[in-house]
Amino acid sequence: MTVDLALVVAIGVLVACGVTLILERSLTRILLGFVILSNGINLLFLLASGAPGRAPIIGSSDERMSDPLPQAMALTAIVITLGVTAFGLALAYRAWQLEGHDDVQDDVEDALVMRRAHDDQTSTSFDDVNAGMPDEEGVDPVDTTGGDQASTEPVTDEVKDS
Amino acid sequence: MTQLVLLPVILPLLGAGLCLAFGRSARAQRIISIAVLVAVVAVAAVLLWRADTQGPQAVNVGGWPVEIGISLVADRLSALLLLVSTLVTLTVLLYSFGQGIVEFGRDTPLSVFYPTFLVLSAGVSSAFLSADLFNLFVAFEVLLVASYVLITLGGTEARVRAGTIYVIVGLISSALFLITIACVYAAAGTVNLAELPERLADLPEPTRLVLQLMLLVTFAIKAAIFPLSAWLPDSYPTAPAPVTAVFAGLLTKVGVYAIIRTQTLVFDGDALRTLLLVAAVLTMVVGILGAVAQSDIKRMLSFTLVSHIGYMLFGVALGTEAGYSGAIFYVVHHITAQTALFLVAGLIEYRTGTTQLDRLGGLARGTPVLAVLFLVPALNLAGIPPFSGFLGKLALIQAGSMPGDALAYVAVGAAVASSLLTLYAVAKAWNRAFWQPAEDEAPEGHDRRPGSMHEGQTSSSPEISSLRLPRGMALPTLALVGLSVGITFVAGPLLGITDRAATDLLERTPYIEAVLGEDR
Repeated sequence: MTVDLALVVAIGVLVACGVTLILERSLTRILLGFVILSNGINLLFLLASGAPGRAPIIGSSDERMSDPLPQAMALTAIVITLGVTAFGLALAYRAWQLEGHDDVQDDVEDALVMRRAHDDQTSTSFDDVNAGMPDEEGVDPVDTTGGDQASTEPVTDEVKDS
Repeated sequence: MTQLVLLPVILPLLGAGLCLAFGRSARAQRIISIAVLVAVVAVAAVLLWRADTQGPQAVNVGGWPVEIGISLVADRLSALLLLVSTLVTLTVLLYSFGQGIVEFGRDTPLSVFYPTFLVLSAGVSSAFLSADLFNLFVAFEVLLVASYVLITLGGTEARVRAGTIYVIVGLISSALFLITIACVYAAAGTVNLAELPERLADLPEPTRLVLQLMLLVTFAIKAAIFPLSAWLPDSYPTAPAPVTAVFAGLLTKVGVYAIIRTQTLVFDGDALRTLLLVAAVLTMVVGILGAVAQSDIKRMLSFTLVSHIGYMLFGVALGTEAGYSGAIFYVVHHITAQTALFLVAGLIEYRTGTTQLDRLGGLARGTPVLAVLFLVPALNLAGIPPFSGFLGKLALIQAGSMPGDALAYVAVGAAVASSLLTLYAVAKAWNRAFWQPAEDEAPEGHDRRPGSMHEGQTSSSPEISSLRLPRGMALPTLALVGLSVGITFVAGPLLGITDRAATDLLERTPYIEAVLGEDR
């Protein structure tokens, strides 16, 4: 199969730009990245259909016609991308309404671990061997003396939620 | 009669449209969605019977030739998973009635719940039935977009945060899937699952391996296989209980199904045996270690979900008939048990306003029924005899000890260890929530119900309300727990079906002949 160099270069550039944007924090940029990436993938479908030819209408011409199947797939993919992008933009708008930004936030547990590391605390589910009694409640001695209960993950999560 | 294969996809979509048309009337929406799902359950049962007695049921949609059209096929594997998944979907729908998830006014957007739920069901059915990689992609998109809507239902801050991550993971897996499909088409000139094996056989070995790996990564993201599982425990718990339950039951299993289908039908399953076994071991162990460390019931359950995906992958990785049979049986068991557990978690949340183990306790005294409802599927999940979890694990472990190589034994060991740790995790949760006395120091003011639809409503007090369990929620949960226990009683015939399904999978020819016709 011969491959069109211009298409290959275009796909490479689009996918590279898309991936770079997806690695950003802001949801809007991620969506832009997804749109660019999808365009790159749609070109990949064109590439997959092989050498170009006449419009794929049977009987319109005796010359070689191009493969219509990947074109149908690319069309479907375009429609799906449109729908998903619209949903993503609505989500970004909602995040902006609620928080004033649309940055993708950390996993609640990651955020908790980072905060604890910053405060130099241990986890609540960590049982100190030297503590007199088994700590079934998950309340760590360090936590009760050093930090306040409100800084644990579950409570903040629900405060956010409410 | 083979046209029946179309109904599980068409009926829910039609029902979704009707639900939107009757958006003003919650009652009409309920009647439509129940009628549709009951009909789909009946169709799925007939399909399973026909697939088991007369071989795979195939339809070329619209009468197009196989090469350019779309085929839907119900063989034993598809029909069995279709039946179990629609049964579970129906139960969760009834549960959502009980929760009053759609007691909505005219100006709230929650009338989208039923239509979206039906679209999700259509997407899942379509994924199980499609015999075409691109149609599989469309099915995944249908169920993913429906799940995007359901996971961010109500648009609260926690759900938007969790939903954002879920949507981005979904976007990336979809993009990967599309790239893979384009590559498969470029290499083989077809995306029909029945035509691919013949075409791919002519390709050079490395090309085939690359395509196989790309498909595996795509499906591994959807099935939440370690190291591609980190998104799941974070995004599932914030959604409303019925939504989390149906996601946990079905969405990851669709990924597992796609892996089973492509690894057996299209590619040579043995090529990636080592990789799959290692991934299975890591998924089991890492998932369950995560579950042990959690202090929230829903998060703990999400981690056990990841861990138990490892069991199914273990069966698939073995690549033997016994392995596939065990994996399919385990999928059936796990759909029912895991969904039941999430529904019970929803009941606990409804009752007490939280699923935080630190703030629960003494529930067994007030609600002994709830304690039993949690304990039974929990023991089932951990694999205590005589429940179906034990039978599934036994089948997998027997299959794992047959090949006799070191890696398979390591996987068997990991399976036993994570089963034990599952028991530890669920027993710890049960003890703290139900058995030990409640703490009196639950902080005031944080007793909102994050999982309920009624954001902004507060429960009267953090103590257990003296109300009985709402019957509309308890009965469907009971039914699902009963279903998961009932698998034990039909385990013989069920294992017979999964054995025959596994034979079909390895033979390949029944499926291919059903799609392409006998003459090929």
